[in-house]
Amino acid sequence: MKTWVTPGGVHPPENKHQSLTLPIGTLPLPEKLLIPLSQHIGAAATPCIEVGKKVLKGQVIAHATGPVSVPMHAPTSGTITAIEHRPIAHSSGMLAPCIEITSDGRDKWKKHEGIADYEHASPSTLLKAVADAGIAGMGGAGFPSAVKLNPGRQRPIHTLIVNATECEPYITADDSAIRERAAEIIEGIGILSQILGNPSNILIGIEDNKPEAIAALEPLVLDTGIRVASFPTKYPSGGEKQLIYILTGKEIPSGDLPADIGMVCVNIGTTYAIKRAIVNGEPLISRVTTMTGDACGINRNYDTLIGTPVSHMLAHSEFNEQACSRLVMGGPMMGFSLTSSDVPIVKTTNCILAPSYDEIPDDEPAQACIRCGMCAEACPVSLLPQQLFWYSQADDQERLEAHNLFDCIECGACSYVCPSNIPLVQHYRHSKGEIQKARAEKIRSDHARERFEFHQQRIEQADKDKEAKRAARREAAEQAKAKAKAAPDSAAAGGNPMGGSAADIIAAAQARAAAKQVSPEQQQAKFERSIAGAEMRVQMAEEKLATASDSSTDEQKNILNAAIEGAKQKLEQAKARLAEHVEQQNGEQVD
Amino acid sequence: MAFKQITSPHAHASQNTSKVMQLVVWATVPGLIALTYHFGWGSLINVVLATATAVIAEAAVLQLRGRSIAFYLRDYSAVLTAVLLGLALPPLAPWWVVVVGTLFSIVIAKQLYGGLGYNPFNPAMVGYVILLISFPIQMTTWITPLALLPDGVSHPGIIESLSIVFAGLNPADGVTGATPLDSFKFSDGLLVDQIYAQNPLFSQAGFAGVGWEWVNVGFLIGGLILLGSKIFTWHGPVAMLGAIAVMSILFWDGGSSDSPGSALMHLFSGASMMGAFFIMTDPVSSAASNRGRLIYGALIGVLVYLIRAWGNYPDAVAFAVLLANFAAPFIDNYTLPRTYGHIDRRRATEKEEDQ
Repeated sequence: MKTWVTPGGVHPPENKHQSLTLPIGTLPLPEKLLIPLSQHIGAAATPCIEVGKKVLKGQVIAHATGPVSVPMHAPTSGTITAIEHRPIAHSSGMLAPCIEITSDGRDKWKKHEGIADYEHASPSTLLKAVADAGIAGMGGAGFPSAVKLNPGRQRPIHTLIVNATECEPYITADDSAIRERAAEIIEGIGILSQILGNPSNILIGIEDNKPEAIAALEPLVLDTGIRVASFPTKYPSGGEKQLIYILTGKEIPSGDLPADIGMVCVNIGTTYAIKRAIVNGEPLISRVTTMTGDACGINRNYDTLIGTPVSHMLAHSEFNEQACSRLVMGGPMMGFSLTSSDVPIVKTTNCILAPSYDEIPDDEPAQACIRCGMCAEACPVSLLPQQLFWYSQADDQERLEAHNLFDCIECGACSYVCPSNIPLVQHYRHSKGEIQKARAEKIRSDHARERFEFHQQRIEQADKDKEAKRAARREAAEQAKAKAKAAPDSAAAGGNPMGGSAADIIAAAQARAAAKQVSPEQQQAKFERSIAGAEMRVQMAEEKLATASDSSTDEQKNILNAAIEGAKQKLEQAKARLAEHVEQQNGEQVD
Repeated sequence: MAFKQITSPHAHASQNTSKVMQLVVWATVPGLIALTYHFGWGSLINVVLATATAVIAEAAVLQLRGRSIAFYLRDYSAVLTAVLLGLALPPLAPWWVVVVGTLFSIVIAKQLYGGLGYNPFNPAMVGYVILLISFPIQMTTWITPLALLPDGVSHPGIIESLSIVFAGLNPADGVTGATPLDSFKFSDGLLVDQIYAQNPLFSQAGFAGVGWEWVNVGFLIGGLILLGSKIFTWHGPVAMLGAIAVMSILFWDGGSSDSPGSALMHLFSGASMMGAFFIMTDPVSSAASNRGRLIYGALIGVLVYLIRAWGNYPDAVAFAVLLANFAAPFIDNYTLPRTYGHIDRRRATEKEEDQ
C-alpha cells in the first residue's frame, strides 16, 4: 500500500524490546484506587455516590457532565472512602477532585451484558453504549469517543484510520495488545465502522517495527475491507495529523478536525475498549499500560485497573528509587514527569517510564542557540523552531503567530535534536499560554469597550430625547401664548386661557381615578353573581350523580363526587370573599 | 516518593554544540594540510596564534561580563572563529596582524553583540575585512606555492617561519608571490589562453591554479564530511558554488583579454571552497530556513563573482559574506516554509489583521 513521507522527524533509540519479553500481566488488586473525575478532554464527571457507600465493579460512580464528558465507573468492588481533591497525573502536579475506593478484595462485578445482536443495532444505540461505558481516546488526548464518532450528518466519514503507530520509544501497550487481542480489536473496528456508517476506506496504520503485531492482524483482516498499512518507523508518525498524511497524503487544514475532511482517527486501544463495551457490556475500567525503564527490574505490560496508584505498579516491578532519574507518565518524548508516585493510572496512561540515570541523565544546562537549523530539519510540521525560540524569548506575539506557533504539536523532535540543549517545547508552551492569555484579555477589553460605548450612546440619546421634549414643550407654550394674545376677548370671557385653576385640574384628575375604580356596589354584585354560578354548578353535578348512579362504574362516580366537592369548595370561597367584602365596606363606613 | 519535575522531551540526541564546533574545527584539517604542504608553516602558525589570542580574549570578555568562563569557553566557538581566521590570513603574516584580527573578531564582532548566537556578522570575516582594509600590503603578500619556488629556494623552516612572524625577518627572495586570482586579474591585455600558457601558476596547474586547487580540494573534502554529518544542509554551499559557476559560465566570453576566467578556476581558487563550506555555513549570521539559505548562498556566490570580476579586490568571499549577513534577516522574513495544514507559506511580517 502506498504511503506518504512526512517532513522532518527523528529516530530516537526505540527501547521497545525490554517490555515485550513477557505477555500482558495483571497486578494484584490494590488496596485503594483513586479515580480522578477528569481523565479526559471536556467537563469533569459529577459524582453520584456518597462516601461510605458500597459499590460493585463496573458500577457508575460519576455521571458525565454535559455532552463533552464521560462517566466514571468503579474499577473494582468496595467502599467509597473519600471524594476530595488529590494529586493527579498532570504536568503541573496539581490537585483535582477524585473518588477513592477501598477495595473489598472480592472484585465482584455488577450485572452486565453486551448489546445482543449488536450487528443490527442502530448507530445511535451503539454510540450511547460507548458514551455510557466512559470511553475516551486512549492514545493520549482522552477525547470522549462518543463525541468523536458522531461527527454529524453534514460531515460524512469516508475514511476510518486506526492508529496503531505507537511511535514513542519504550511504549509497547498497543503492540502487546494487538499481539494478544487482535481478534477483539478487529471486532471493535467493525463496530466503529458500523457507527460511522461503513466508511469506504478503513486503514490500520502501524510502524514497521512491530512485525509480530502486523502478522497478528493480517490474517484477520482478509475479506473485511480493512487494510493494514505499515510504514517506516519515524517519530512522530503517530500524531493524528502525521498519520493521516502518511496514509492518505492529505493534510488537515490548520484549525480543522479530521472529520472536516471526512476522516476519523481512533487509537487501537480504544477500539478494544469499544468492543468490550458493546459486546461484553464492560465499561472502561482497565487498560494496558507499559511499565518500563532500567530503574525497574521487571519491564512488561500490565492490564491495569484505572485508578491504580503508580506506586502500586512500581512496588510490583522491582523498582529502585535511587536509580531512577525521573518518573514519567507517557513516553520519553511527550510524557510528563510525575513529582509523586501516589497519582493514579488514568484512561490515557499508556506508559510509566522509570529510567535510570544512564538512560535519561539529568538535563545539561542550555547553551546559546546558534540557529544551526537541526530543529527545522526535525520539525514534522515544517516550522522554524529556531525563529520561534527567538521570538518566544522576545515575547513577540505577532511574529510567533506569523510563524504558525499554534501549528506546533509539541512532539519534542526539535528539543531532542537541539545541540544546545534548549528546552524549546517548554518555550513554545509558555508562549502559547501567553498568547491565549492576551487573546482572552483582548476579548474582555473589547467587550468592556463595546459596553462602555453603548452606555455612552444610550446616555447621549436620553439627553437628546429630553432636550427634544423640552423644546417641544417650549414651542407648545409659545404657540399657546401667541394664541392667547391673538384672542384676548375670549380670554377675558372664559378666565384662564389654559383651561381653569389648579384646583380644577386636581378635581378632574380625582374624578378620572374614581371612574377607573369599581364601586363597592358593583363589586358586591360581582361576588353575588359568582356565588350564584357556583351554586348552579353544585346543583348540576348532584343531578348528574343522581342520574348516573345506576349505570355508572365506581370510578365515574368518584369523578362526579370529586366534581361536586370542587364546586362546593368554590362556592364556599365565593361566599367567604363576599363576606369579607361586606365587612370591609362596613369598616370603611365606620371610619 | 518524590521525583524531579522535568519538562518533555526527556530523551535527547547525543549531539551538542561543543561537539559540532569541534567537528567543524577537525574538518578544516584537510585544508590546513594542503595549505601547509603548498605554502609552508605559516598557516599553522596563524591558526595556533589566533586560537591562543581568541581563547584569552574570550575569557577576558566573559570575565568582564560576569559570565562563567569555563562553561562558555567549552562551546569551542572562539576556537573555531580563530581557526577559520588563521586559515584565511596569508601565511607568514606578522604576528600583530593575526592578533589584531582575532581580537576584532572575538571582542567586537562577537562578544560586544552578546556572544555566541547573537552576532549578526560572521566574526572571522569581520576580522579579516578589518585587516584587509587596514593593512593591505601585509594582507596581500602571499607565499609562492611549493611547486613554483625558484631553484635552490625552499619555504622557510619552522624556526625561520617563527622569526619571520614574530621578529619581522624578511623571507628570502622568491618565497612570496601573487595568487592565481591576483595574477589573472592583473594580466590585462592577455587572452586567457596566453595567461594559461605564460603564467606558471596556471601552466603547471592541474585544473585551476598551482597549490590553490589542492587547498580548495582540501576544504571541499572537509566540507563534504560536515555535510555527511548533517552539521548543515546542502542548500547554502550548493547555492553559493552554483551561483559562482553560473555567473562564470554566463560571463565567460570565450577567453578574451576581458574574460573574468573559467568556472573551474573560480570554483577552485581563493577562498571558494572554504567560503562555501566553512564561512557561509556559519548558522548564526546566515538565513534560517532552507529556502532562505538557497537565496543567501546564491547571493554570496553572485557577489563573490561580481567583486572578483569587476571589483577592486582579487578575492571577495569576506565582503560577499558580510553583505549577505546584512540581508539575512530580510531574507528570513520572506522565506518561511509552508507549515502543515496551510495552503501557502506566510510572511514573517504578517500581522493578525492581514489574514
